[in-house]
Amino acid sequence: MKSWIAFWNILAKDMRTYYLKPPNLSWGIIFPLAWTLMFFIKSGTGFGEVRTILPGVMALAILFGTTSLLAVTVTFEKRGRSFERLLLAPIPLELLMLAKTSGAILFGLANAFVPVLLAAFLVDLGSVVWWQLVTAVVLIAVSSTFLGLFIAVSVSEVFEAQTFSNFFRFPMVFLCGLFFPIERLPALLRPVSYVLPLTYGADLLAGAVNQAARLPALLSFTALAGFCIALFLISLRIVRRKWIS
Amino acid sequence: MVEQGRPAIETSGLTKRYDELVAVDDVSFAVQEGEVFGFLGPNGAGKTTTINMLTGLARPTAGSIHFFGWDYSADVKKAQHLMGIVADESNLYPELDGFQNLCFSAALYGMGRREREQRARELLDTFGLAGAARRKFAAYSKGMKRKLTIAAGIIHRPVILFLDEPTTGIDVASAREIRQLLAGLSESGTTIFLTTHYIEEAERLCDRIAFIVEGRLVRMDTLADLVKDVQGRHIVQLTAQAGVGSIDTLHQAFPEVRFERVSENVLHAHTAEPLPLAPLIRFLEEHGVDVTEAKAIRPSLEDVFVRITGVALEQMRKEKEQAKQKGGGA
Repeated sequence: MKSWIAFWNILAKDMRTYYLKPPNLSWGIIFPLAWTLMFFIKSGTGFGEVRTILPGVMALAILFGTTSLLAVTVTFEKRGRSFERLLLAPIPLELLMLAKTSGAILFGLANAFVPVLLAAFLVDLGSVVWWQLVTAVVLIAVSSTFLGLFIAVSVSEVFEAQTFSNFFRFPMVFLCGLFFPIERLPALLRPVSYVLPLTYGADLLAGAVNQAARLPALLSFTALAGFCIALFLISLRIVRRKWIS
Repeated sequence: MVEQGRPAIETSGLTKRYDELVAVDDVSFAVQEGEVFGFLGPNGAGKTTTINMLTGLARPTAGSIHFFGWDYSADVKKAQHLMGIVADESNLYPELDGFQNLCFSAALYGMGRREREQRARELLDTFGLAGAARRKFAAYSKGMKRKLTIAAGIIHRPVILFLDEPTTGIDVASAREIRQLLAGLSESGTTIFLTTHYIEEAERLCDRIAFIVEGRLVRMDTLADLVKDVQGRHIVQLTAQAGVGSIDTLHQAFPEVRFERVSENVLHAHTAEPLPLAPLIRFLEEHGVDVTEAKAIRPSLEDVFVRITGVALEQMRKEKEQAKQKGGGA
């Protein structure tokens, strides 16, 4: 019970200090809007295309929203040694890291539904498989956040976190099937697509919104859950090795 | 868990190795409940590494750690509810105000809202920070930051308080206030484990002092017994207009005297018998050193420190404060 008081307060502090700050709130709204507009202009077609581009915009909004903030905030707190206070508190490390990442997960979820809200005014979303969409959004938010955590605990400086984030994010954007179908990628790159969490997330969203999944939903759910667990455990291991050495 | 009558902190053979470097080497000591224990040593001697091992920020390579008789060697984290920890930098959240910082620190220890708010107000009053309760921590002065960091360290009423350099880099008045607050905590029964570069601070606050040099515990005793070593010795402090010249030349001319350069223009001459000053001053002036003051001083813990560690305190303090300023610490 006492650990949950700590959990809730860490989450509430991070929400107040980072995620609900006006610049980040506007980023959370403007970023998905910009992606939507970009895809819309690129497609050159009418509102009918909004449904086609919706899964991609949602996936990118979550990926960029979660990794951008988490990688920087954890690194920033580590640099200022305030993160040390958390490590010295009588809270299990697993719960502490979940508390530190929950804010980013919620931020990612909120980001994902900005384009959905927008699309709801433009096209009919009646055929969307909502349970699959919501589950996929949650899993993408968690896996992207844990990817951000992995980046944050692997570096020492804020600029390194930003550089390292892009090292993962941009290849993922181009290889996950959002811009180019995976089947049309060079044979050498295709296996890489299948080791990226966003590939499974984007496919699940494509299935939920447009019934256009290439992979079985169960496989994608399992793969995403696997990425979440693996990234979290690897991050914990790095924290124990580097910060409690 | 707390077992009455057992030492609050007890280490045996505590060792920390980083590859080839032995940062802490086979350190054993016991700190009794309610005691103020000073842990002194030159920069890089292993003080902070020892605190990190005791508080769970570093894992010992070897040795054991007991708190109140319970063995926490395998997982110090399980004892963190017993401790309050004040790092050598004021590491609260710059974007939160004083009151929020204290409440957040209390929440980390599972204190409920009403209790933590009440305790935060109480501590802000005690530390003279009530007027700055709603000011952002980033806007606090160094002394205020330090006081609030200590308040955050004791908000959950820990039975053991670890203080790493609590007054380094802050103004004299704030340092004095902090010492008074620590003395009050000690009187209320809190066990205090203190590292400091200020010998007078250790002299005023500590019941016992341990000296660590190059990772090894070289001496541990009560203040009275430590000072006994240098009592009966004679120390003359010579102050020069500019530099005090070469120590080696002085050693050659006065082999029975141990010379110690305290700062660029201050020299201590240690002898077993009273030192006739005239020949020494004459010698110095013949060698171009313009002596402006010569006075006998009472041997103190500082002399014990210098004798044990072989390090000039003034230089060490300067290095530490410069390092803090570079790192942007308190």
